Amino acid sequence: MSVIAGQISRVSGPVVQAKGMEGIKIRDLVQVGQLGLMGEVIEIKGDLASIQVYEETDGLTVGEPVSSEGIPFLVELGPGLIGSIYDGIQRPLEVISEQTGAFIRRGTTADPLPRERRWPFEPTVAVGGRVGPGDIIGTVQESSTVLHKIMVPEGVNGVIAEIKGGEYTIEEPVAQLEDGQELFLRQRCPIRRPRPYLEKIAASIPLVTGQRIFDVLFPVTKGGSAIIPGPFGSGKTVTQQTLAKWSDADIVIYVGCGERGNEMTEVLTEFPQLEDPRSGEPLMNRTILIANTSNMPVAARETSIYTGITFAEYYRDMGYDVALFADSTSRWAEALREISGRLEEIPGEEGYPPYLASRIASFYERSGRVRCLSSADQNGQQDQAREGSVTVIGAVSPPGGDFSEPVTQNSLRIAGTFWGLDAQLAYSRHFPAINWLTSYSLYLDALKNWYDQELSEEFLQMRAELLEILQREDELAKTVQLVGRESLSDPDKLLLQIARTIRDDFLRQSAFHEIEAYCPLQKQFYMMKAILSFYQHCRGLLGKRPYAEIEARPGWEQLARMRYFENEDFAPKYEQLLKELVADGGAVQQGVSQDQ
Amino acid sequence: MAELYSKAYRKINEIKGPLVFLDNVADVKFNERVVLVDSQQRRKNGQVLEVGERVIVVQVFEGSDGLDKKATEIFFTGDVVKLPLSEEMLGRVFDGSGHPRDGLGEIFPEVERPITGSPINPVSRAQPRDYIETGISAIDLMNTLVKGQKLPIFTGAGLPANQVTAQIARQVIRQSEGELVVIFGGMGITSREYNYFYRQFQESGALANAILFLNLADDPTIERILTPKMALTTAEYFAFDKGKDVLVILTDMLNYANALREISSAREEIPGRRGYPGYLYTDLATNYERAGLIHGQPGSVTQLPIVTMPNDDITHPVIDLTGYITEGQILLSRELDRQGIYPPVNPLPSLSRLMNLGIGKGKTREDHRQLQDQLYALYAQGVELRRLTAIIGSEGMGAAEQRVLKFTERFEREFVNQGEQPRSMQESMEWGWQLLSEVPRSELRRVEDKFVEQYMPGKAAEAVAA
Ligand SMILES: Nc1ncnc2c1ncn2[C@@H]1O[C@H](COP(=O)(O)OP(=O)(O)O)[C@@H](O)[C@H]1O
Ligand SMILES: [Mg+2]
Repeated sequence: MSVIAGQISRVSGPVVQAKGMEGIKIRDLVQVGQLGLMGEVIEIKGDLASIQVYEETDGLTVGEPVSSEGIPFLVELGPGLIGSIYDGIQRPLEVISEQTGAFIRRGTTADPLPRERRWPFEPTVAVGGRVGPGDIIGTVQESSTVLHKIMVPEGVNGVIAEIKGGEYTIEEPVAQLEDGQELFLRQRCPIRRPRPYLEKIAASIPLVTGQRIFDVLFPVTKGGSAIIPGPFGSGKTVTQQTLAKWSDADIVIYVGCGERGNEMTEVLTEFPQLEDPRSGEPLMNRTILIANTSNMPVAARETSIYTGITFAEYYRDMGYDVALFADSTSRWAEALREISGRLEEIPGEEGYPPYLASRIASFYERSGRVRCLSSADQNGQQDQAREGSVTVIGAVSPPGGDFSEPVTQNSLRIAGTFWGLDAQLAYSRHFPAINWLTSYSLYLDALKNWYDQELSEEFLQMRAELLEILQREDELAKTVQLVGRESLSDPDKLLLQIARTIRDDFLRQSAFHEIEAYCPLQKQFYMMKAILSFYQHCRGLLGKRPYAEIEARPGWEQLARMRYFENEDFAPKYEQLLKELVADGGAVQQGVSQDQ
Repeated sequence: MAELYSKAYRKINEIKGPLVFLDNVADVKFNERVVLVDSQQRRKNGQVLEVGERVIVVQVFEGSDGLDKKATEIFFTGDVVKLPLSEEMLGRVFDGSGHPRDGLGEIFPEVERPITGSPINPVSRAQPRDYIETGISAIDLMNTLVKGQKLPIFTGAGLPANQVTAQIARQVIRQSEGELVVIFGGMGITSREYNYFYRQFQESGALANAILFLNLADDPTIERILTPKMALTTAEYFAFDKGKDVLVILTDMLNYANALREISSAREEIPGRRGYPGYLYTDLATNYERAGLIHGQPGSVTQLPIVTMPNDDITHPVIDLTGYITEGQILLSRELDRQGIYPPVNPLPSLSRLMNLGIGKGKTREDHRQLQDQLYALYAQGVELRRLTAIIGSEGMGAAEQRVLKFTERFEREFVNQGEQPRSMQESMEWGWQLLSEVPRSELRRVEDKFVEQYMPGKAAEAVAA
């Protein structure tokens, strides 16, 4: 490995310029100054290299050494990632806190993956097997829920000469090829280039979130992408955390990018205690956290997103469905802007660099459902059909809540689902404060089969009906503004009433209520069905009964309460409710007796 | 004093606004502190903003007035800006750069710390968990403040932000039984404002436990960049070295941001929104994030920054970015103030993000969250109905809607408008249920039956009778 050695020629905030850097390449990793601060080359002019430094640059001076081995920043991938919390450049924050205490000191380094720990390795290929990049040679039970598949790294091909089960550290070879190459539990991987796969395939399964507004109205696929833009306090973080908790992904990567320290603490405190509704195991056992909070160095913030997506792709390659949450992509874009400003690049819109759009696009492009990399000619044991997915869900923080700004607009162009948060809804504490009129999902066609088969063919019809009612409510609101509610026709009054029920008793869902936090899909289906059959029933009564009587039916209150049915064995309760709602005399009687 | 630093340089090339450009001098370090002495032997402090092979850029905190290219001597201290700290600071007043302002002489430092601080490792943070009773219903019941929180007050020119802040501070001081340390950072405020706070601390007996850092309106503007960092460095020392609960009041962060803008424009950096630099978010965050609790340690830093909204504009970049960083906001409303409502806290855009951690069973009361949620929903509905009534008159409203309108009136006039008199958490809750009892049960979709039965005035009486 050639070593390039230069000298600092200028320091301005997080960007340092070095001279004498012939041979250096863009994105090469460098050590800056006496302290050896880590940085990455982001611009080259002649023998001058501009470097974004991952730590505070206080105290650096002209003439200090700068060196590089000419390779990019690499993350370590292997058992031990799950349950960890890293900063943007994969420094393990737990270990760092043991070393330096509560405050992060500059120049602290630690191995990303534990060196001493032994992992039980079980081979899945035999001696004599031919393997190539992406092939699985064995497994390690990484956590109670994650079976870590050990894959052959890129560029490695050959026939297994030796492989043995047993307990290994990540630095001991678990297998050897005939040509002498060794394979380890760990591999290293650059972060700015997508990890290879065989091909992208259509995503046709929803990421089920347990949140009604997402699962019913605006779903995202496993392998799709969604953005959540919204002004401060509208619910981006709570939404991201809620989805990270309850989504049916196998692996969750949560990137706190330039946001609050306390929010990461919250995840760290809650996730080990909460149970994954599917496995019954602690949520932390499927989660990796990356925390580069707003007060941590800005260059490492820029990197955190890539570190996160590389982890995601790595688990995708094992055949898992991974969900990556980035809170907030705007802080990442701002880091880009800040660094671009220091480079004195010509700014584009709102001071962002002209390459903002392409950076955003190539980040979201790393989501998707793929056929995972594996070598074509196998000895029959490899699972050729291995598929995995990365779903990317990005929060966007538009200045002043104005969605016309560049980060929102550029993200909007790429993402398949748009969850628009609304300050007015948040002000009235209607959560999730997702605007049902402006939000959309482009995945409905792709998901039709799944809904039809897994749930019911009624599902998408009912969804359409809900949306239609809400649309109609919006139109009627304009009339109400002019003439008042009392002068509407009875059918319109009823429509407003049912719309309100949909909003208040279906779309609204508290993230903090024990039962409400997670709503099983089947329960969502029942709730939707209950509302719509009641609506239909009431419409049938219009003209036969006075409107006041319809309005006073106990069904309304029953609908308001049905969300609190326990999440287990709810089916009989809903079946009963469905009967009561449309049974004329019976339900009324029950209501009367309740009031007494 | 300046003479202690090795060597004096006379190499100024250009002076522009608060910036001084000089020819390179060997070994000058990025961000190091410099001392400038002008021909009259007046000292000024500065900091290195950029080092290049040929040029060094220095920002001068006291402004560059009076400096001249030839005669000014520059001393490089070799170290970043640090603040001497000791428990002797209690009861003292300092200027915005940390020098004694009260004529009582220098303090004898126990430690010196760089004023920029270091980020708290998210792993080491402890979750805030204890609510602070401010005595203000619109805060306690609706937007509960929690120890270790950073909760700014967004205000408009002429609105009583200082009174509200002082009222909260008094209450916090009273409850702490003399243990609390109050740190006040004033940036560009008037002597009248300063005197107001000073008197408040004095009257509540907190002065002995207060430390003030003051940059008044006629003090150098660039110094305002230092003032919050001085206050927060001191706060961290008392919280995490000495185990104290610390309340930091910073006013006015708008002036801080404006000082930052001045430097940025002198450097001809690419301006962001309204001329503020692109790194304003990061910069504000490095101040506001200096709040919280640490695992296994006593002590806490709670921040109450005051930020003025120019033209009452909540989308102004300094307000907007503050809202994006802090853990909620208390927003003062001109409309409520005009109607004579005090404190004029506008509940709708106000928010405490840490509320959930501090309320509920075993803390405040089991019904707190639902009660708050319900009051919010009704009030928001009422405000919307009021807007409609203004257009179509109240004839178009049904009976239930009339009740909601009445609720909204009472909510503002009685619940929010409590005057200077503090209310206990218990009292605030009773007020809340009292207001709900005016509204038909069918309109109350956010409170469960069991709470209605237990806490609703009429209902509770029924239950007792039965
Ligand atoms: N789904 C939800 N259920 C209940 N409360 C919510 C929900 N979403 C948001 N909130 C409330 O809104 C506040 C702000 O949400 P947050 O996600 O922090 O906003 P943002 O990240 O957009 O600034 C939270 O502290 C919480 O009180
Ligand atoms: Mg957030």
